[in-house]
This record gives sequence, structure tokens and C-alpha cells, in this order.
Amino acid sequence: MSIVGTRVVRIEDQKLITTGGTYVDDLREPALTGAVHAMFVRSPIAHARIASIDTAEALAAPGVVGVYTAADLDLAPRKAGPVVEPWLAADVVRYVGEPVALVLTEHRYQLADAAELVDVDYDPVDVVASIDAALSDETLLYPGKGTNVMQVNGTAEFPADSFDGCEVVVTQTIVNQRVAPAPLEVRGAACAWGEDGRLTAWLSTQNAQLARGAVAKGLGVGEEQVRVITPDVGGGFGAKIGSDPEPVVLGWAAKRAGRPVRWTETRSENLTSMTHGRAQQNTVTIGGRRDGTVEVFRLDVVQDAGAYPRALFLPTLTELMASGVYHFPKIETRSRGLVTNTTPIAAYRGAGRPEATAAIERAMDLYATEIGLDPAEFRKVNFIRPEEFPYKTKSGANYDSGEYAQALDKVLDAADYAGLRAEQKRRREAGDPVALGLGIASYVEITGGDSGGESGRVDINPDGTVTAYTGSSPHGQGLDTSLAMLLSDQLGIPMDRITIKHGDTDEVPKAIGTFGSRSLQLGGSAVRQAAEQVIASAREIAADLLEASPEDLELNAGEGAWQVKGAPASGSIDWVRVAARAGEGALSADVWFGEGTPTFPFGAHLAVVEVDTETGKVVVRRIIAADDAGPVINPLVFRGQRHGGLGQGIAQALLEIMAYDPDGNPTTATLADYSFITATELPDFELVDSATPTTRNPLGVKGIGEAATIGSTPAVHNAVVDALAHLGVRHLDMPTTPQRVWEAISVKGEAK
Amino acid sequence: MKVSIEVNGNAVTEEVEDRTLLVHYLRENAGLTGTNIGCDTTSCGACTVLLDGESVKSCTVLAAQADGHKVTTVEGLRGEDGDLHPVQRAFREQHGLQCGFCTPGMIMASVSLLAHNPKPTRDEVREGLEGNLCRCTGYHNIVSAVIDASGQEVGQ
Repeated sequence: MSIVGTRVVRIEDQKLITTGGTYVDDLREPALTGAVHAMFVRSPIAHARIASIDTAEALAAPGVVGVYTAADLDLAPRKAGPVVEPWLAADVVRYVGEPVALVLTEHRYQLADAAELVDVDYDPVDVVASIDAALSDETLLYPGKGTNVMQVNGTAEFPADSFDGCEVVVTQTIVNQRVAPAPLEVRGAACAWGEDGRLTAWLSTQNAQLARGAVAKGLGVGEEQVRVITPDVGGGFGAKIGSDPEPVVLGWAAKRAGRPVRWTETRSENLTSMTHGRAQQNTVTIGGRRDGTVEVFRLDVVQDAGAYPRALFLPTLTELMASGVYHFPKIETRSRGLVTNTTPIAAYRGAGRPEATAAIERAMDLYATEIGLDPAEFRKVNFIRPEEFPYKTKSGANYDSGEYAQALDKVLDAADYAGLRAEQKRRREAGDPVALGLGIASYVEITGGDSGGESGRVDINPDGTVTAYTGSSPHGQGLDTSLAMLLSDQLGIPMDRITIKHGDTDEVPKAIGTFGSRSLQLGGSAVRQAAEQVIASAREIAADLLEASPEDLELNAGEGAWQVKGAPASGSIDWVRVAARAGEGALSADVWFGEGTPTFPFGAHLAVVEVDTETGKVVVRRIIAADDAGPVINPLVFRGQRHGGLGQGIAQALLEIMAYDPDGNPTTATLADYSFITATELPDFELVDSATPTTRNPLGVKGIGEAATIGSTPAVHNAVVDALAHLGVRHLDMPTTPQRVWEAISVKGEAK
Repeated sequence: MKVSIEVNGNAVTEEVEDRTLLVHYLRENAGLTGTNIGCDTTSCGACTVLLDGESVKSCTVLAAQADGHKVTTVEGLRGEDGDLHPVQRAFREQHGLQCGFCTPGMIMASVSLLAHNPKPTRDEVREGLEGNLCRCTGYHNIVSAVIDASGQEVGQ
């Protein structure tokens, strides 16, 4: 029986549970002996001109090796969208947390003392701390641009008559609040220049090779002059894609100081200086017939890109996925990406798709409420049907496969939806102060959306063991285990004889890495293709050993042996002997899998919440989820990815917000203030199986890393609104904190 | 000042700055990097270790306060025969970890939880681990791991 599809505990875990992983701050490499420690001095003000920087006192502090400012740097300019983002701020600071100076000291404990002595004289100027303030263009972050809007995409002006003839039109502006990715391991780097003139940078990143490119470009050296190594990485969630500006400055400083440099940011620094996610304000308008047929959907996206618009692809990705799982005849979208005096926005688990899903799924509930139809029934009227795939949406996405109604039905059945609705009715009639709410979200998302391909290399070593190199860069996803399972299945070699390597640009020179849930469908397909090539080479050697014709042989993957087709009794030869005969390097294939096109995982979630109408407190009682990403390699890690997505998705609906006051001061900048979700705020998760393959890669798989995040946020959000529907509440924005819920109830109470 | 701590059964004596935190003493002086630092407000629990058998967040304990005491870190959990501690085994079996960064602290907090409540319910595990943050797992499998380690059937 094949190991693929069975529950296999992870090969990654032994180290992680006994000695702990080796994260950047844990490195004790000889090359880092004598390293100095680094800390960035960051702006405490959201928007200011820098009048002067005095480093004299800091330079005289104990243990200080160097203090550097923009005036010291000689680096190539770095672009963030259409503007230049300074490595260290020179004339202007544009958000709290922006780096202004770098301090190097002998010992870690000297850093904060010295950094405090760097005297920066700021002249504060007017602050743009909200989307509305940015849209007014009264204060500009980049006066030379003439506007705070850095990108407009889609329909410039919506037609006035789009909804003419609709029996029902519902519109709502929905805030998809800014959240902090907050991986448990903050950002870190260690940089050492070798005697050969090459820089080795150990980075906590999702993409060693992209980071190598960014570091080399920033330093103005060739890529071959930079080696990036990712040790164990303690979570990324999109916020560790490639390289942030800091590693470039650290690499430069290591050269200037003539010493290796180590950097680990603090958590409070991380919460203002690592990119944030989401931060959209979306206006939906949905029109159609009273029988539940939607005719027109309009999505107007406003993306707060933060002070430096590093990720303007996000709002256009939201546009691409605007219509979700529905067969809408007409879609209109527009997005504007604008700058504010806040931390830059970039990818965060889902990255553009959660925002699209949240918008359409709130719109669907608003419409269902308006026409008095059950939200589940209403969705089914508008789903894209299985026979319509592949389905090209009006916003330009080319969906591969989907069973949207089936996924929803599975969830409704598992939950006993009818029973829950009956309970809700009973409790409302009885005047229960604890209100029951049911929220549905049906979703589709895009994985491997970059279509960039991935590398894979498989070596069968002379002792018959396997070493595989993947361009993917896992950091918790269990990909080592999944790839080892695939290879074991394909080659017939036991998993304990297979080693998976990644994350060293000298070992894996060409790769893209991990984001957008691309690893299995692209990285997995690459490794599979490499193994196929190795099998082809091995066939020749086995034929030689068996004195048979290569085309007469077959690999018996169950036995891990080559044998004559149809006549296994006539002799077989195992991998150890084939590998020994082949010798070093003969059984090796290095491939670039470039033909994989985007896939579209989908699913349905039902959230069951209870809202205490006297206090506003929301408790998620149940979440029932179907997440379909095609065939499952390892149900253990597949379910784990869904669990993690559920946790983060529910967190956004209930609790998490990275908030700023009107002066641009972050008010949730420590983990004591930021409502990072805990074990007590989450229920046990109820998972429903669904597996619809795709034809767009040889494994038939789609990505699962982000899917459950995307479904769970609007499911919980809809459930909270549903719980309050009988009190007249039609919408409230996330996070649905007790205060917001209580206020929403109170406003309605006063209105009565 | 000179600080002597028995770490995982071994005496460690080092001259350190007065303000040295226990977590830095463990990582830098005892050379045990399994204990991680995830925040600066005693919020995340990644640095949880046992001090005389009780769980503490070692970022909020001065090394000096542990002078003369016994500390157990994740590296010290395995038995003399090298076997995994039941909690370590259960975290692997139940997939209670992904990136692994919270794991040493989560395991130590779980060991402490089970010492006080050998047969907890799932809700009691959630309450008991409220001070330990995980960004990867959604906690479900961590709860299952603690239930498993307690010898109870994992129903979920």
C-alpha cells in the first residue's frame, strides 16, 4: 500500500521537541565568532522632518563599535512601488518604527543603552493616519507625486447605470482591518564577510534565493558574492517573503565594521517594523432579483499600503478574486493603493484573497437578509456549477475545478444546520440574552498564483540513500515529510533513507521559495519530475546489471527493486546495488518545474457563535470547515495547515487589530496590547473532508497553507452579525470585540 | 556577579552582569538555545522553563533569582535512556507543533500543567496554556497532545 495519503508523523519534529530548532539567534557558527550585535534606532514619530542626528554620545557609550546613519551609507536606492524607500531615513520619517540609525555593540545588553543615546531631532509635520485622511490629499507623504494614491487599477469611474433594472441593490463599506502577522520568531539576521570577499547572510526568510537577489542588489554586488542560508524559521505567514531592508544595512555594516554582525529585533519592534497585513476598506454593491439571482457585483477596493507601498499587488489580487464562488454575469472592480503614515503593508496569510472573500461573503449575507432568504440557500442559487469548469470569471481568474455546493452541503450536514436554526429560533423567542449566530462563508482562492515555477533536485547516493533539494523553503508546513513521502512512494526507498534539503543558496542556487501556498504544487511537482529523470537513468544501469533490455524493466516501487516486466522471478536488483554501480553523481537530476499554472482551492465554513448581548462578548462555539485542495499527501500536516488557518482567520474576526491613534502612534505595539489569539479563545475544530483534484500539475494538488484563513474570517464575522440580526444590527466591522458588539447593540437599542 | 544554577542536572557557574535574565543565562552561559524568546512583555511563554519544578517565564526572572536553584529546560526532559518524555512524544504524535518556535516553552508549560492536573479536560488544557502563544497550530493539536500525554483518549 502506498504511503501517500496516510497519516505520517513529521520527520522535522525530533530536533524541535528535544533540543529546539536552530533559529538565527541560536546559531553558533564559527564564522560568527566575535560578532557584534546590532539594533536599529527607529522613529517614535509618525511623520516628521529630521532636523539633525547627533551620534556622539552614543559612540562614547560602553561597548559601542559603530553608529551609522543615512549619511554613512553608500547603497543603491531601494524602490517601494513608485517611490524610494530609504535604507535609513535621511530627511523625513514616515511611520513609527522606520529605521533611522544602526548601532553596533560588543554585547547584546549594551544595545538598548547606546541606542537611547542617539539624539535625533524631529520636526513633526501633519500626519496621515487613516484611509480617509489619505484620500483627502490634504497632507501628502510624497508631495512630488501630487497625491497619496500610488496606484489605480480597474474601472477608473464606475458607470452610473450599472444597477439599473435590479430589483434589489445593497451596498456596504466594509473595513478589513490591519493586523500583525506576528510569527513567534521575530525577524533576525547574521552577516559575515568571508576572506573570499563573499557575504554569508543567515536570514529568517521564506525565500533564501529571493533574499540573495535583494541583498546583492542593495549592496551593489553580484549575486554570486552573496550566500543566503535560512536556518530553521519560526513562522513567516507572508511577512518574511524575500528580504526586508534591514539585512542589507546589516550586510553593509558588517563590511564597514570589519566584524560579523548579528541582529534580532524585539517583539515590540517587530509589531511596528515588520510589515502588517490586510488594511483594506472595501465598498461592495450587489444587485439582482428578488428570487435570489445576483446580476451585478461591484467591488471598490481601497488598500492602505502604509508609508512605503511595497506590495501594491495585493489590491489587484483582491480584484481578481472579487466574485468568489459565484456565477455573476457582471462584475465591476476598481482598486486604489494609497500611502499613510503607518507601517508598510505586505503579504499576510491569504494576501489579497481573504479581503476579497470577506467582501463578497458579507455582501452575500446582506443581500440574503434583504430578500429574506436563508444565506445557505441564497448561495446555492448563485454558485458556479461543477459542469462549468474550467470557469473564467468576469474579473479574469481561470478556475480549474470546484464542487462548491457539495462542500457547503457537507458542512451544513456535519453541523446539523437545520437543527441549529431551530435552536436559534427557540432561543430568540424565549428572549435568551445569549444570542446564537450562524455564519457561512463559501470561498475560492488562488495558489501558486505567481506561475513562477520551482526547482527540484534528486540524488541517489552511492549507498542507496536519497538526498533531495527543494527550492521551496518550508518553515513549519511539514513539507520535508510530504516530499519524503512522495519520493518514497515513487522510488520505493524508505523515508528514513531520504533527506530533504533547502534554504542554502550554494546548495540550491535557483529557486523561488515559499509563499502563496505554492510549495507542494510547484516544489512537489519539481521533485517528482527530478525523481522521474533519476528513475530513467537508473533503468539503464539496472538493465546492465540484469543483462536485460532497459525497456523490458520496471521499477517495483513496493519493493524498491528493478525487475523484468511480467517476469519478476527471473531476477531483480535493489537500489543499493544500482546506486553502487552508478557511483557518485550518476543518479542525479536537477529540474525546473515551470509548467504549473495557478490552482483554485475552495471550501465552505460554518461558524456557530454565542454573543452575550449584555456584555458584547463573543464566543466561537463551533467551526465546521471543508477545505478542498485536491488529493491529500499526508492528512496529518494537511489538517494541521487547516487548523492554523482557522486560528488566524478567527483571530481577525474576533480580536486582532493593529491600531493607530490620529497622530499615527501605534496603540497595540506590544504583545501585552495586541490581541494575539490564545488557546482559550478558540474552539476545537471540526474538519470535513473534500478532495477535488486539479489537472494543472502532475500531483493533482492545490495549496492548503492559506485556505482555512480565508474561509474562517467571514464565517465568524457573518455569525456575529447573524446573532444580532433580531436586534436590528445589519453590519459591524471587525474585530468584533465586546466593545464594538455592545456599542452596535446599544445604538440599535436607543434607536428603538 | 557570580551565579550558580543547576541546569538539567549539571552545575553551571558563571560571572554575569547583575541584570542578566535567566533566559539569557540559559542561552548564552549554559549554551542551551532550546529556550526561545518571543516577546518582551512576558506575554508569549516561548521562554517557559521549570524553576525547582514550577513553570516560569525565564524572560522575567533574573539569573540571580535562580542562583542556587534547579532549572529544567526542554533539553533536560528526556530520560536517562534517551527516551522522549511523554509530553515530547505526544507533541510529535499529535502534530502539536509546526515551526517549532513556541514548542520548547509549550512543552515545559504542559509538563507543569500535568504535574498539577494529571487528567485535565480539553478546556482545562486551554486555560492552563493561555499564557503560551502559538501562531501555527490554532492550538487544537497542542490540546490533543497534552490530553494524549496524560494517558487519556484523544477524542478529537
